Amino acid sequence: MTDTTRRVLPYALIGIAGLLAPVIAPAYVIQLALLWMMVLFALTWDLCGGQMGYNSFGNILFFGIGCYIPAVMQRELFYGLEEYETVKRQVSTVSSSEYFTGFALGMALAIVIAVAVAAVLGSGILGLRGHYFAIATLGLGIAAGEIASGWEYIGAGSGMLAPMYPGEANARGIFFYYLLFLLAVICFFTLKWLYAGRFGLAINAIRDDEDKAEAMGIHTTRYKTVAWCVSAFFLALAGGAFGHLNNFIDRDVAFPGATFGVWMVLMAILGGKGTIWGPVIGATVFHVTQELFWTYLFGWQRVALGLLIVVIVVFFPVGIMGWLRERWPEKFGERVDVEARTAPVSLGESR
Amino acid sequence: MLENLTLLYEAPILSVQLLIDGVLIGAIFALAAYGMALVWGVMDIINIAQGEFVMLGGYVTFLLATHAGVHPLLTVPAAAAALFILGWLLYRLVVFRIVGKDMFISILATFGISILLQQLANELFGADVQTAESGLGTLFFADDMITVEETKLVAFGLALAVGGILFLFLRQSRLGQAIRATAQNARAARIMGINTDRVYATTFALNAAICGAAGSLVVMTWLIHPYLGLAYTLRSFMIVIVAGLGSIGGVVFASLGLGAAENFAGFILGTEYQAAFVFSLLVVILVWRNFRLSRQRKYLK
Repeated sequence: MTDTTRRVLPYALIGIAGLLAPVIAPAYVIQLALLWMMVLFALTWDLCGGQMGYNSFGNILFFGIGCYIPAVMQRELFYGLEEYETVKRQVSTVSSSEYFTGFALGMALAIVIAVAVAAVLGSGILGLRGHYFAIATLGLGIAAGEIASGWEYIGAGSGMLAPMYPGEANARGIFFYYLLFLLAVICFFTLKWLYAGRFGLAINAIRDDEDKAEAMGIHTTRYKTVAWCVSAFFLALAGGAFGHLNNFIDRDVAFPGATFGVWMVLMAILGGKGTIWGPVIGATVFHVTQELFWTYLFGWQRVALGLLIVVIVVFFPVGIMGWLRERWPEKFGERVDVEARTAPVSLGESR
Repeated sequence: MLENLTLLYEAPILSVQLLIDGVLIGAIFALAAYGMALVWGVMDIINIAQGEFVMLGGYVTFLLATHAGVHPLLTVPAAAAALFILGWLLYRLVVFRIVGKDMFISILATFGISILLQQLANELFGADVQTAESGLGTLFFADDMITVEETKLVAFGLALAVGGILFLFLRQSRLGQAIRATAQNARAARIMGINTDRVYATTFALNAAICGAAGSLVVMTWLIHPYLGLAYTLRSFMIVIVAGLGSIGGVVFASLGLGAAENFAGFILGTEYQAAFVFSLLVVILVWRNFRLSRQRKYLK
C-alpha cells in the first residue's frame, strides 16, 4: 500500500459509506442525518474550543438563528401572517419549486444574519478570556432562547411551522440526509484547509499564549472573530436543515442548550480537543451510543448525560485522539525518546 | 413597553413597590452569590451547580412543609443541613479531583453536576412549579398602595442573619481562619499544618448549605421548579463580577441592585422578557468591564 492510497483510503471509505447509507439502511435515514449534524456540531465547536482555546457554551445561538430564519422566510414569501395563522397545520400547499426557492433564500439569509451576529457580538465577547468567555456565552445562548420564547413575530411560546416537504414521506429524510452529509463533508475539508495554513497556526498560537501571539504581530481579534464567524456559518446551515427536517420550530427545538448545546462540547472533548478527526470520532461514538442505549434508560437519559459529562471531563479529559496519541506517539509523526518515555513522570506541584 | 414607562412616571408609587420587592428578593441572591465568591476565592472553582443547590434547598423545605407538616420557616436549618451533606459528598466524590486543575475543567464538571441534579430533581419531584405557604400576612402602607408580604420581610431578615453568621464564622472561628489562610496561599497553609483538603471540603459543603438556606427562602417567597438553577448561578456570577471576590459589602449592594433592576425590567419589558434581561445583562456587564480594561491593554482575570 503506497502512502497516497493509505492517506486517501479513509476518506474514500467514509465517503462511500456516507453515500450508500440511506440505501443500505433506509429505516434509519433520519438518525443517520442527525449523525452528520452531530459531526458538524463537534467540528464547529472544536474550531473555537479546541483549536483556539475559546470554550463556548453559546454556539447554539447560531443554530437557533439558522432554524428560525428559513421558516420565517417561507412564511413571508408564500403566506401572509394571517393566512399562516388560519392554515397552521395544513401548510402542505406550497409547491415543490416554491418550497426549495424559499428554503434556499432562507438559508442564504440565515448565513448572512448568523455571521453578522457572530461578527458584531464577537468583537465584544471574544475580548473576554478563559472562563469569562465561557460564562458570557452560556448567558448568551440562554438569553437567545428566552427572547425567542417571548417574541410574537416568530410564534413566541407556541412556536412556528416550516412548510411540509413536497413529495412522498421518505423523500424528505433522504433529501436532508444528503444535505447534512454534504455540509459535514464541506465543513470537514474547509476546516482541514484552514488548519493547514497560516490561519490554523494563528489560532493555535492564540490558544497557547494570546499575549505572545499578539506581540508577534498577529491581529488576534480579527482571527478570533473570523473563527467564530466560520462556526456560525456552518451552524446556521445545520440549523436551517434541522428546522425544516423537524418541521416544527420553537425555543426548545431551536435553542436546546441542555441537549445539543452541551453535546457539542462533550463530543469534541470525548473525541479529543484540538484535532480534526477527534470531533468526528467523538460525534460518531456519542451519537451511536446514544441511539443504541438511550431508549433503555426510560426517561433517565438526561441524568445519565450529566453523569457522562462529569465522568468524561474528570477522568478522560484527553479524549480518544489524545489517548491514542499518548499510547502510540510514533503513529502521529512524533519522535519519542525511549529514555524519556520510561523515565518516571514528575508529578507537578498540586495546589 | 412605552405605556409601562409612562405608567411608572404617572404613578411613582409603583416604582417604590417595585424597588421594595426587588430589594427583598436581592437579599436571597446575595446568599447564593456570597457562597459562589467563597468557593471561587478559596478553591479557584466556579461552581455552575450553585443554582441547583438553591433549587434542592427549596425542595427540602417544600417536602417537609407539605408532607411532614412542618412550618416552612422552621425548615431553613434542615435545608441547610441536608445541602451541607450533599456538598460534602459531592466534594469527596468529584470536586476534589478538579481542585487546582484548569478552570474550564471545573466549569464543565460542575456543569455536568448541575445537569445531573436538575434532571434528578425533575425525575423525583416532577417538573411542576411548587411553592410553600408560610401563612404570614401582608402589610399595607401608603393608603394600601404599597403591599409588603411579611414572608418576604422575614426572608430578608433571615438572609441577612445567615450572611452575618457566616461573616463572623470566617472572622472568628478557628476553621474560618483556616479557610481564609487557604484562600490566601494554599501551599503556605499546608506548611503551617492546615489540612487543606478538609478546608476545601468544608468550604464546598458550607457553600451548598448557604445555597440550601437561600433555596428554602425562595420557595416561601417565590416558587421553585427543577429548571430554575441556571438563573441563580448566572445571577451569582454577575454579582461576584460586579462586587469583586473579597468584599461582602459589595456583594450585598450588587445583589440588592440586581434584584431591583430585575423587577423594574420585568415590569417595563413584560415578565416574559425578565429572564432574557438577566442573561443579557450578564453579557453586557462582562463585555463592558472588559472593554474598560482593554483601554489599558488588560483583560478580566
